Amino acid sequence: MSSQTSPQEKQAPRVGAAQLKLLERLTNACAVSGDEGEVRQIVLDEIRPHVDEVKVDHLGNVLASKAGSTQDRLRVMLAAHMDEIGFMLTQNEDKEGGIFRFGVVGGVSPSHLAGQPVLIGKGHVPGVIGAKPVHLTTNDELRTPLSVDSLRIDVGPGNSSKVKVGDRATFATRFSRTGASLRAKALDDRLGVATLIELVKNAPANIDLLAAFTVQEEVGLRGAKVAAYALEPDVAIALDSTPANDLPTWDGSENTRYNTRLGEGPAIYVADAATLSDPRLIRFLVETALAAGISYQIRQPGGGGTDAGAMHKQRAGIPTVSISVPGRYLHTPLSITRLSDWKNTVALVYTALSQLTSDLFKVDR
Amino acid sequence: MKSLIQKFVETPGPSGYESIIRQVIRAEVEPLADQVTVDALGNLIVRKGTPSSNGMKIMLAAHMDEIGLIATHIDENGFVRFTTIGGVRAYNCPGGRVRFLNGTRGVIGIENLEGQSSPPLIDQMFIDVGAGARKDCSVRVGDVAVFERPYLDLGKRLVAKSMDDRIGVAVLIETLRQIDNSPHEIYFVFSVQEEVGVRGATTAAYGIDPQLGLAVDVTGTGDTPKGIKMEVGLGKGPAIKVRDAGMLADPRVVDWMVRTAEASKIPYQMEILERGGTDARAIQLTRLGVPAGCLSIPCRYVHSPSEMVDFDDVENAVRLLVGLLSQPVDLK
Repeated sequence: MSSQTSPQEKQAPRVGAAQLKLLERLTNACAVSGDEGEVRQIVLDEIRPHVDEVKVDHLGNVLASKAGSTQDRLRVMLAAHMDEIGFMLTQNEDKEGGIFRFGVVGGVSPSHLAGQPVLIGKGHVPGVIGAKPVHLTTNDELRTPLSVDSLRIDVGPGNSSKVKVGDRATFATRFSRTGASLRAKALDDRLGVATLIELVKNAPANIDLLAAFTVQEEVGLRGAKVAAYALEPDVAIALDSTPANDLPTWDGSENTRYNTRLGEGPAIYVADAATLSDPRLIRFLVETALAAGISYQIRQPGGGGTDAGAMHKQRAGIPTVSISVPGRYLHTPLSITRLSDWKNTVALVYTALSQLTSDLFKVDR
Repeated sequence: MKSLIQKFVETPGPSGYESIIRQVIRAEVEPLADQVTVDALGNLIVRKGTPSSNGMKIMLAAHMDEIGLIATHIDENGFVRFTTIGGVRAYNCPGGRVRFLNGTRGVIGIENLEGQSSPPLIDQMFIDVGAGARKDCSVRVGDVAVFERPYLDLGKRLVAKSMDDRIGVAVLIETLRQIDNSPHEIYFVFSVQEEVGVRGATTAAYGIDPQLGLAVDVTGTGDTPKGIKMEVGLGKGPAIKVRDAGMLADPRVVDWMVRTAEASKIPYQMEILERGGTDARAIQLTRLGVPAGCLSIPCRYVHSPSEMVDFDDVENAVRLLVGLLSQPVDLK
């Protein structure tokens, strides 16, 4: 961020070494849907000194609020999900040897699994999703896509007593930074969690900020549903991460299905499978970005969903939009995002929040 | 009433972008209503009457949104790639004409599919708005469009692109016009985002908290050559829904509707729809649960640019609805 910009932008939280360190801790933590405790503890420790109230609800959502100080403040809910996709051990097939059957939690493709190291349970016990060596693979097997049923997690004899059926597992990838890029597992949605933590620490005074660090997004937006019911906001924004499928096509033709592109800034949602964003909020975000000189992109309308899908239908309806940091290879062992996109996301959301008033909703949707 | 129908079907209102059609409807209902409000999602909620001692709080819903298209990419030659809003069928698209809400018009083209045995996909289609290059294209990613097709009056049968569910909107307004001395407090809801999953009725029902709910929407028919197997046909009266894929209508509500039709000698048919759902589903499942049903207008070629209804069915739907709402409701 330049220091010679508008006042709002000047106050926008900086993404520096401390923020990257926090993102590293968040992405290295394991929090497969339904077992978000490790990320929740980091969140609670980070935000507690900065909020008026914080509680953990019955599903495990962290709900925190920080009141502003000006008149006529909007109650703005910001949601980022703490959970990530992963696996669950379902059957111990070899008690001594430590071989487990497993199922997937959330949207995981079986083709991304064979050969991947994983971490299991609260103790991060190491294991591997075993793959058959190519020497022993028949031509038929090479042509047939692997199914999850045919795969096993191998923890070895020494560790078999440290894990049990029902434990969750996730990819063992560690965070790293290479130049302009950040590489990690679970950037979806630790980027949103890290963004929301910064916003809580630097909440604008013109709104009541209602932060929801949600659970179980990856299995159907379940946490956000009860969170929005409890918080009853005037406006809701989902902070998430969305795929960038922006590589060149195999035949050199124009890539028309990129979803988003790395390096082009935060992705503003118009439509996904779960939500038609409030057009007033889309316009407001676009105008804010243009006025502040923050790069942005419109996510290609299409499938997928964010916590917005649950929030906007809660109670008598809530104006809602989603903003995502684009990331390549999401829901695989290693995702890549650009630091600049994250910085611009923090800047855009902060700038927009600091200018948000009820005037925006004087005109009906 | 026909001119009202024509006005409604010729106004664009794809799901999520109902402000234009809402304005048109609002102008019609404002003089007839006790109160008109718009909620956070854009539902137009019209209250009429106050409940007397034997009256109820009743919610009626007809959705004002229609299926449509949304731009996903403008290619270097100015062709617009798109995806669907709601249940648009790919085979209905090629050759169709569309209008974007920003006024841009275009025609749907399709890639050369020679040798492809499977049906065409939306991904293989594009909208040609007459631009020669990306920079000349007046459509942006995220812009929304509706199908464009002139309204056709065939006498008894009416054809248009968005009979689903502007015909329900017209039925509700005509009912509002005719209703007099109802014992009930009636909420006429012109709902949004029905076509993408009954989202508007979900929030409207929560906000209204009704004691009884009725949707007025179209249903399919089984009376066309080699059509689907279905009891409902055009011209045999409005249909009383027993079930669809999203709802089992409250049997007491079904029975009340049948009794009322019989008593007033209004033709009706029983509807069992294998697929699809209506706002009644959202009403039924709101809060602690609500007795709910649906009055359906039989409609051929639903979700095509030429949806056909029978005008007698439409008028009888109004008669039945007025009959239902003019007396205390007896659910047994």
